[in-house]
Amino acid sequence: MATTEPALGPDLDPPRGPARLGRRPRLLAHLFLILFGLLMLYPLIWMLSSSFKPTEEIFTQPGLWSDNFSTDNYVEGWTALPQPFHIYIVNSLIVVGGSIIGNLLACSLAAYAFARLEFRLKRFWFAVMLGTIMLPIHVVIVPQYVLFAQLDWINTFWPLIVPKLLATDAFFIFLMVQFIRGIPKELDEAARIDGCGHFGIFWRMIIPMSTPALATTAIFTFIWTWNDFFSQLIFLADPDLYTVPVALRTFVDSNTQTPWGPVFAMSIVSLGPIFGFFLAGQRYLVRGIATTGLK
Amino acid sequence: MTELSDETRTRAAAPTHPPPREVAPTTRSGRRRPRLPQVGERKVAFLFLAPWFLGLALITVGPILGSLYLSFTDYSLLAPPEWTGLDNYARMVADPRFYQSLEVTFIYVFISVPLQLAFALALALALDKGLRGLAIYRSVYYLPSLLGASVAVAVLWRQMFGAEGLVNAALENLGFTDLPGWVSDPDYALGTIIILNVWTFGSPMVIFLAGLRQIPQMYYEAAAIDGAGALRRFASITLPLLSPIIFFNLVLQLIGSFQSFTQAFVISSGRGSPADSTLFYTLYLYLRGFGNFDMGYASALAWVLLLIVGVLTAANFLVSRFWVFYGDD
Repeated sequence: MATTEPALGPDLDPPRGPARLGRRPRLLAHLFLILFGLLMLYPLIWMLSSSFKPTEEIFTQPGLWSDNFSTDNYVEGWTALPQPFHIYIVNSLIVVGGSIIGNLLACSLAAYAFARLEFRLKRFWFAVMLGTIMLPIHVVIVPQYVLFAQLDWINTFWPLIVPKLLATDAFFIFLMVQFIRGIPKELDEAARIDGCGHFGIFWRMIIPMSTPALATTAIFTFIWTWNDFFSQLIFLADPDLYTVPVALRTFVDSNTQTPWGPVFAMSIVSLGPIFGFFLAGQRYLVRGIATTGLK
Repeated sequence: MTELSDETRTRAAAPTHPPPREVAPTTRSGRRRPRLPQVGERKVAFLFLAPWFLGLALITVGPILGSLYLSFTDYSLLAPPEWTGLDNYARMVADPRFYQSLEVTFIYVFISVPLQLAFALALALALDKGLRGLAIYRSVYYLPSLLGASVAVAVLWRQMFGAEGLVNAALENLGFTDLPGWVSDPDYALGTIIILNVWTFGSPMVIFLAGLRQIPQMYYEAAAIDGAGALRRFASITLPLLSPIIFFNLVLQLIGSFQSFTQAFVISSGRGSPADSTLFYTLYLYLRGFGNFDMGYASALAWVLLLIVGVLTAANFLVSRFWVFYGDD
C-alpha cells in the first residue's frame, strides 16, 4: 500500500500487541508519567501564573495561586521599553515571514533538483549540502558581518532574510528531498505527457503534493526564527528594529533590579505564538523530528 | 503554461490515495512511453539549484574561507585587515579565557548531552509500553524542546535559580537555609544551564520512540519464550537495534550543544559571569568579535571551533563502528 505521506517516516502510533503491562504497573506508570510531566512543566505554569502577580509576590510564593491576580504586568511591560512591545512583535514577524517564504521557495527548488533531476557531480553536491547542515553559524558569522556591513545591511532585516532566500537552511532541503523521493515518479510522467516542463511538474505537481513537508518546514522555520537570538542580536543594533528576543533580553538587563512581573508577562507573550504553533502543528512537528532529527 | 489533463488532475488532486507504484503510465495505445531524452536537463537542474549555489558561495563557503583568511590578520572593521600571520593563534595559546571557555563548553557538553539522552531513552522506554494517552505524554515532554532555546525560558531560569528565585523559595519552604544564589555562584551557575539543556530531552525522546516502534515485536516474543528476562531483552534486543538511533541523537546533540549561546548569554547578562563560569566558547567568540571588534581573533576562534566540531564528529563516526549495529552483517 502506498502511504499518505511517503517520506515523513513510519506511522508513529501503530497499534502495539497486547498491552505489555498488568493493571497495577500500568497505573503506577501513569502516576509516574503524570507527576514527572507536571514537574517538567511546573516552571512554565508558574511563570504564567506569576505574570499575573505583583512582583513582590513572585519572590515569596513558589505556589501558583494569588489573591492579587491582575493584568497590570502586561500593561506595564508592554510600554516599559523605548518602543511599545507590538513594534518588536511586528519586527519579529517580518523576519519570520521573510524566512518562511525564503525557506519554502528556495529549499523546495533545490530539493526538486536533488530528488528528480540528473546533473553533474550530483552526489558530491548532495554531500556538500548535508555537510552544511552541521556547520555552526559561529564559524561564518564574522565574514558574514563584514559582507553585510559592506552592503550597508547592518540594522536592516536583510541579513536575516536573504540567506533563507538562498536556501542556507539545508535541513529543509534534506527534509523535502526525502519527501519528494516518496512521490511516485509516474505522476511526473503523467504531467509530462500533458505537456508540463520541469517547472510545470514542480509547481503544479510536486508542490501541491508536498504540503505535509512544506507545512513542517514552515512550522519549524517559524519556531526557530522566532526563537533565534544570536544572529538577530548581531545584525540588529538599532533599538527600533529589535525583535522580540532581543527586546526581552534588554528588558531583563535594563534596570539594576529586574522588574520580574512585567518581564514575565512579556516572556509569556513571546512564548505564545510558539505554543500556538505547537498545538496546531503537533502532527507535523512530531513527524518532522522523528524523520530528520530536527530540534 | 499547459493545462493538466483530467487524468493527471484527478491523480494529483487525491494526495491521500496516490496510485500504487506498479501502475505504469501508458499512452493511449497501451505501450509504456519511453522517457523522453531530457535535452538540457542539466541546465534546468542548475536553474533549480541557482539560489542554493549562490547561498553556498556567498553565505557559507565564502565566509568559511573568509574567516580562515581573517584569522591570520588584525582586523577591526574600521581599517583594512592587516596580515599578522599566526599571531592570533599564538595569542590564543596564551589566553587563559580561551582555555576557560573551552573548559566550560566541554564540561557543559559532556555532562548535559549524556544526561539528556539518558532521560530521553528512559522516558521513551516508559512510554513504549502500550499505555493510553501516549500522544499527550509525548507532547508534554516535547514542549520544553521547542521553548528551551528561547530568551524567555532563559529569563525564567535566571529568576528560578536566582538568590530569591523559585527554587530557593521552594527549598526554604522545605526547611533548607543558607542557600546559594545559584546563577550568581561560580560553583553552580553552569549547573543551572546544564539542567536547562537536560530539560529539553523531548526531541531526542521522540526520535527514540519512533526507533523503538521499528523493532519487531516478535523478537521480544521469541526472547520471552527462550526465557530472557526484561533486563536481558533490553540489553540484547533493544539496545543493539536502537544503537543507530542512539548514535544519530548523540551526533546531533553534541553538535548542537557546542553551539549553545542564548542561555548563557541571558543568564550571565552577556558576560559569562560569575567569574567566567558560564563563558561558553560561542559567547567568548561573540565578545571578542562583536564586543571588542577583534574580528581577526574571533575568526581564529571560529576556525578552532570548526576543527573541534569536525574532529569530534569524525571521532564519533569512527568509534561508532564498534558499538553501532546496522542489521545482520
